[in-house]
Amino acid sequence: MHSLPIDHSIILRNLFGITPKQNQAVIALAGNPNVGKSTLFNALTGLRQHTGNWPGKTVDNAQGAFTYKDKSFLLIDLPGTYSILAHTVEEEIARDFICFGKPNVTLVVLDATSMERNLNLALQVMEITSNIVVCVNLIDEAKKQNIIVDTTLLENELGVPVIATSARNKTGLKELCETLYLVARGKLITQPKNITYSEEIENAVNILLPKIEQLNIGCILNPRWVALRLLDGDKKIISNICRYLDLQPSKYYEREVEITL
Amino acid sequence: MNYATKSQALSNLWEDSNKIRTTSENIFSDKIVSDIYKSAELIAKKSVRKNSKKLDFTSKLDNILTSKITGYPIMLIILGFILWLTISGANFPSKILAKALFSIQDILTGLFLATGAPDWLHGVLVLGLYRSSAWVLSVMLPPMAIFFPLFTLLEDLGVLPRVAFNLDHLFKKAKACGKQSLTMCMGFGCNAAGVVSCRIIDSPRERLIAILTNNFVPCNGRYPTLIAIGTIFGAGSLAQQYQTTVAAGIITILILIGIAVTFTVSWLLSHTLLKGEASSMVLELPPYRKPKILSVIYRSIIDRTLFVLKRALIIAAPAGAITWIMANVFIGDFSILTHTANFLQPVAGAIGLDGFILLAFILGLPANEIVFPILIMSYLSNGYIVELDSITELQNLLVSNGWTWLTAVNTMIFCLLHWPCATTLITTLKETGSKKWTFLAFLMPTCIAFAVCFILTQTVHILGLI
Repeated sequence: MHSLPIDHSIILRNLFGITPKQNQAVIALAGNPNVGKSTLFNALTGLRQHTGNWPGKTVDNAQGAFTYKDKSFLLIDLPGTYSILAHTVEEEIARDFICFGKPNVTLVVLDATSMERNLNLALQVMEITSNIVVCVNLIDEAKKQNIIVDTTLLENELGVPVIATSARNKTGLKELCETLYLVARGKLITQPKNITYSEEIENAVNILLPKIEQLNIGCILNPRWVALRLLDGDKKIISNICRYLDLQPSKYYEREVEITL
Repeated sequence: MNYATKSQALSNLWEDSNKIRTTSENIFSDKIVSDIYKSAELIAKKSVRKNSKKLDFTSKLDNILTSKITGYPIMLIILGFILWLTISGANFPSKILAKALFSIQDILTGLFLATGAPDWLHGVLVLGLYRSSAWVLSVMLPPMAIFFPLFTLLEDLGVLPRVAFNLDHLFKKAKACGKQSLTMCMGFGCNAAGVVSCRIIDSPRERLIAILTNNFVPCNGRYPTLIAIGTIFGAGSLAQQYQTTVAAGIITILILIGIAVTFTVSWLLSHTLLKGEASSMVLELPPYRKPKILSVIYRSIIDRTLFVLKRALIIAAPAGAITWIMANVFIGDFSILTHTANFLQPVAGAIGLDGFILLAFILGLPANEIVFPILIMSYLSNGYIVELDSITELQNLLVSNGWTWLTAVNTMIFCLLHWPCATTLITTLKETGSKKWTFLAFLMPTCIAFAVCFILTQTVHILGLI
């Protein structure tokens, strides 16, 4: 993994209104609506919560802290969305935070009773960041409906850790914390697998890739993902990259460019 | 490379990607989403085992209701069936209500005569105010009391999201948002509510399209007019047992025309004034549920029926009084009403209506509900005194005022496509915050209504069909 820019705290504060303490690992909590995301959030953080709005948006933002072993974590509850293709304000917030906020770990919560729909979001997040832990929640509800999720197989398919939980009954939480801890400490390396797209898309991506690599934004974003967004016709990503670059103090920025050039 | 050149490079990159997208007809957005879904489906299939029969039922039903082949016919049948139930069910209570309310009118007239009140007071209060209110009540209450619970029932069952799902790709073809099908459904209840519901559409371009076209689905204020005319003319000449079926068929066709116009105008707008691409949306199909009957009845009767009725009565009562005054104040040989109608006659005649019909639509601007009552009143005040408690009498009244089947068709089409009511316009102004778009929301349907009726009338005349 690349090293984070020194001034990353400025990005977090200015763009997202988040100020983690020193050495505190930031964890983004993503998931579809109604998958028990808030229940999990509450189960992990208890009363140490702070609620407000995302800067400049009328979307709720909740942050909570918890400590596991010797590590302190700041959990950021992202808006519940079905995808992060930025079609709505909520999706844009979730996506931008994962892209530019660069959380140490992104925890994607899935509903065990409708894995097919929920896996979409996990796959989309995996395209942006490799620091990802998948949590299959509502596992008790799935059992009742005779649905069995094979987490080991899923782990192999996705290339990232998968933990089954029931936040309501507080089962699987310890295992989840342990995994978050290991990923945040860099002791557990995740290797998310890429989605294979149809040939025409792969071809178009390959045309755009060299142009994106010339830009040298590889330290911020995965070039392949940027190419896919451009093909999706997502103009916002361009302006958001500009906004992000704008916040980089030029001195630092130019120095970095010199090194890479 | 510094910041400025980098942002320049970014915008160059955007142009490059634009070229690639346009040369391949913008297939990428959909393709990317469907590829992600395919991957998710594949992974889910490998790692999840399901042994549930209940889930199978939902997906089986979904396969039928949202299939490309059976989806549309089933939707159409459901729509037709609901309209048939509404029309056949509303007929009888409508008659009873009309009889009861008009007998009260006789009692009121008797009272006024007994107290020796002046003629004009009796005219304004009883023949104007009371009679138009009675009309609205007897014509509108029964169909609404049947239609709204049925519609709410569909909503509760989980059918409406499937309808939206089916219509999604049609809207996409018109380069509008799939959510527009939901705002369109809302418009069936009330266009003003439909315009407000356009807030669920995130892209400003698509939201404007949805707002501007919402008026093309008939709201409950226009159903009574459509149902009444449809029953009188479409079915009046047929044997009794087919009447309701034919009337329901006519209304279904009209609604389909409205939906077709919605698509056409959306397509035109997104290729001219509001150019752009459609954005995709995720629609979660909720499981089918047993509806809660009590809450359906409560929601549809209290929230919708009574609310709409109250609004209609508040506007209909004074409008009735004004119409009576206009019909009874004479300048020269004719009343103000006749003068105005004569003034409108050339325009109205060209589009196959008459001056009184056009005047009724203009006076009905505050609320579409009162168009038909105003029309009946203006005909009645011209000397044709008829007991209006049966469809045949109504037909006689219209025919004696020169109505043909073409007049009926034109009136229905004009009713379907004409300008939105004042409430909808005010709502549009609030939602768009722009006088320009609000004016377009008024002008566009008006022009379309005039154009369609004009072309239809002239074609029929040229072909010598009438």
